[in-house]
Amino acid sequence: MAFAPFLIPLTALLLSLALFGVFVSLAGADALAVYHSIYRGAFGTWFSWQNTLVSAAPLMLTALCTALPARLGLIVIGGEGAVVVGGLAAALTGLILIDTNAWLALTGMALAAMLAGGLLIGLVGWLRHSRNVNETISSLLFNYISIAILSFLVIGMLRDPETLNKPSTHHIGETHMLGALGETSIHWGFAYGVIACVILWLLFKRTTFGFAVDMIGGNVRAARLSGLSVGRNIFLVCLMGGAAAGLAGMVEVAAVHGRANTSLNAGYGYEGILIAFAARHHPLAIIPMAILFGGIRAASGLMQRDHDLPDATGLVLQGMIFILLLASEAVFARLALNKGFKA
Amino acid sequence: MKIPKLEMKQVCAIDQSRRGTLKSLAGLGLGALAGSFGIGNAEAASKVTMGFLYVGPRDDYGYNQAHFEGKSAIAKQSWIKAVDQENVPETIAVQKAMESMINLDGAQVIFPTSFGYFDPHILKIAPKYPEVMFLHCGGLYDAKKHPKNVGSYFGYIDEAVYISGIVAGHTSKTGKLGYIAAIPIPQVLRNINNFTMAARSVNPKITVQVVFTGGWANPVKEAESANSLIDQGVDVLTCHVDSPKVVVETAEKRGVFSCGYHADQSKLAPKGFLTGAEWNWSKIYLDYATMIAKKQKIPNLIRGGFKEGLVKSSPYGKAVSAKAKAHADKVRAQFMKGNFVVYQGPIKDNTGKEVIPKGKGYSQTDIWLESMDWLVEGVVGKTKG
Amino acid sequence: MSGEESQWLTVLIAVLGGAIRVGTPFLFVSLGECLTEKSGRINLGLEGNLIMGAMAGYGVAWITGSAWLGVLAAGATGVVLGFVHALLCQQPRVNDIAVGIALMILGTGLAFFIGKPLIQPTAPHLPALHLGAWSDNPALRAALEINALFIVGVLLAPAMAWFFRSSRWGLAIRTVGESDDAARAMGLNVNLVRMLATMAGGFLAGVGGAFLSLYYPGGWSEGLSSGQGLMAVALVIFARWDPMRCLYASLLFGGAGALGPSLQAVGVTSGYYLFNAAPYVLTLILMIAASSTKVRSGMPGSLAAR
Repeated sequence: MAFAPFLIPLTALLLSLALFGVFVSLAGADALAVYHSIYRGAFGTWFSWQNTLVSAAPLMLTALCTALPARLGLIVIGGEGAVVVGGLAAALTGLILIDTNAWLALTGMALAAMLAGGLLIGLVGWLRHSRNVNETISSLLFNYISIAILSFLVIGMLRDPETLNKPSTHHIGETHMLGALGETSIHWGFAYGVIACVILWLLFKRTTFGFAVDMIGGNVRAARLSGLSVGRNIFLVCLMGGAAAGLAGMVEVAAVHGRANTSLNAGYGYEGILIAFAARHHPLAIIPMAILFGGIRAASGLMQRDHDLPDATGLVLQGMIFILLLASEAVFARLALNKGFKA
Repeated sequence: MKIPKLEMKQVCAIDQSRRGTLKSLAGLGLGALAGSFGIGNAEAASKVTMGFLYVGPRDDYGYNQAHFEGKSAIAKQSWIKAVDQENVPETIAVQKAMESMINLDGAQVIFPTSFGYFDPHILKIAPKYPEVMFLHCGGLYDAKKHPKNVGSYFGYIDEAVYISGIVAGHTSKTGKLGYIAAIPIPQVLRNINNFTMAARSVNPKITVQVVFTGGWANPVKEAESANSLIDQGVDVLTCHVDSPKVVVETAEKRGVFSCGYHADQSKLAPKGFLTGAEWNWSKIYLDYATMIAKKQKIPNLIRGGFKEGLVKSSPYGKAVSAKAKAHADKVRAQFMKGNFVVYQGPIKDNTGKEVIPKGKGYSQTDIWLESMDWLVEGVVGKTKG
Repeated sequence: MSGEESQWLTVLIAVLGGAIRVGTPFLFVSLGECLTEKSGRINLGLEGNLIMGAMAGYGVAWITGSAWLGVLAAGATGVVLGFVHALLCQQPRVNDIAVGIALMILGTGLAFFIGKPLIQPTAPHLPALHLGAWSDNPALRAALEINALFIVGVLLAPAMAWFFRSSRWGLAIRTVGESDDAARAMGLNVNLVRMLATMAGGFLAGVGGAFLSLYYPGGWSEGLSSGQGLMAVALVIFARWDPMRCLYASLLFGGAGALGPSLQAVGVTSGYYLFNAAPYVLTLILMIAASSTKVRSGMPGSLAAR
């Protein structure tokens, strides 16, 4: 059974690829050629790899926004909103610090974004704990509200009048942009994602805080009896998750757009939910999962161009992988139950 | 003879504009050149690969479909291989999609067709691939600032909107027209103003009621806006959203008239459709293809309206009177000659402030018109959210 | 009547009309979700059902020429998706929210993929009943142009309330929703009851989708749903798992959605982004206000337990 944690998701992945092959064949495409396009577009060349890793960068961070609260049994789907408020906070801070040096500006932007995203999801956690407001629904509502606020501000008071037909904030300054890793075209957001996943893994694995969180996630009542402050831990964990997604917003502003505008609302938050579940909320497993899904994002263009498939093809593949991963989880659990030990 | 004079006057006003050089060049119309470039290593024997990117679905009855139709027109050429990708968001995804077309498909010419693809995305990728041409739809090229292998094209679709406005003005019985728009950006405001001025040139009592939906594609909001406007007595509707389908269909269902936008929607409203403002991208894409085939230099900036064949009006619907047709055709003929000035003072905005004094006029190519942030007298609505 | 007064009257009428037109999909999805949640499961995938239903309904209506067959087909796709949801959720250690999100993604993807050739054709629309024919106010006549599906939905709400309260099957669903153990003690097949409830809920959500494509705003396009399926899940909590309150909440939501455009249409043009966000803010505030009490009236026990 030692291989099971790897073997079963892998089987699920292969099965979903097979199912996907049948699906595209029914749509009239050559399945083998489509596989080849996916491989070529996602992992076939160094260029494709860079493309994949760049796509994976924000997804790692937004996946953490769902994965961390999930350790407490909370299902938070507010990554999209946290990206938006994080990006907005980053752009504002970048504009305030525009006359300082790049290091200071970028640090300030990152901190502001993490704070904004963190407070948003922290609020979700607090509402859940103190007012019993369903965290899934409140975080969903915060997504819509955050996007409306962003739109309102970039078309109104924060708008740079030079951004004629695409309303945006002022530019944070070319010299303050987040660069690429070495000679690649992969921006620093990828490194942020990997570092965040590793640090949070260590935090949850190696510290008493992580132990406390797992205890609360396992049994709230027992945790409370042993003297743990449930509310504080819920708030902190949600804060961290939101901070990660907020950082993704900062990366979008600092590495890609240079401004905040409605392109921040690009669906990274929603895809992050999927990755968190696919990685079973394990911070380290998020890294390969984000790369896998980033690869599908990267390859979906090639599927369109080579085979004249609609752009939703990538979405179909993602949905199939997700469904079969969940099914495989069930198979895993059944096997474990049958063998009579806890998985 | 009037136009060059006007332009001379505007020079001082334009000097403050960050895109100063552009205007004087744009004045040349189709032949506007701001430096030029050719396709370096295209061998006559091999196919030229062109990549198109759309921000929405390529069959949206609107903006993206108009580009897709243009692409389909040139894809028929035997020496062109045209690839395209739809629903590409204005994020790093578009940078990667362009690079992917270049690296994996060998594209030599890229057509990123959404306005928001330009800055920062094209500006970031173009310098990395100096041998590839990036021809962007939006007319933003500035020779002083932008890479040599970038080109830009755009159509003065507001001319066709003006024609729609004339027809709407003749057709409306209530004197109330409705405009459903996404967000108050200069392009949108200019269309609304043209539509309004055209309608008021027929009947000065006409008002145009604007509803901003806040997004480029939100069918439920668009339908709700259409219904609200019709409830207020509006009897001709038009819109500036990515897909006018819902607005045109709702108008038809409620028994009022409609003017289309982006593409031809006449099929959707056989009774109430009047006319519409359409892009004619196949013309410009074919022009580009010909220039490439003949190894001519490609101009960095191409702009134009009716005269240059970049925009057109949808065929008149059944409800359009002979009088309206005659009036509209007359003005279109003036546009074709290039001597119709829409923004001829005195013009007041809808707060009563004079924005263009008497005796001053801005011709179509004037860059000042592209930072429009006001609504003309007769429009009910505000430019600020 | 002065001009100003008549303007406000038309805003009111527009909000009324909007409540009915915009509210109907919310009504069907929220009733579907209510049914599913009463059995103790959350199906966040109803957004996928809605979009699949819109696409399939439109496609079948176009092919067969019958809008009502389209509605049935939309419901049927909802049943299939509901079946998959229930099948996966009854496996050990599978989270229902995760399955919901997976089905939302798969449903949306499939609908966009299969629906590509359906964007251009025009399918027959569902007929409307002209309940306002007595009035000579054209705005009121338009507002009272009511689709038969809305009436079905309005009748369905009290029927469902009665079903939960007084029927044997309703009791079975409520018992399963309260506690697995109690249900088993009564000899109920917990998984079967949940599966039927989820499939029936999926049917209703699919019908809600058909309303979007076959009546209002009409037509199939990829931007057709702006998250109505997701919001309906919020509505159920807002409505405290009561079908009648689902009806009121859906109407409120529809009306709130119509408020922004209709205010702009009479010249109140400020802050439309904030008006657009109003329904979400409203829901959030009411959720916070209502959730403060310790007693969670109406919440199925097995949802509360986690």
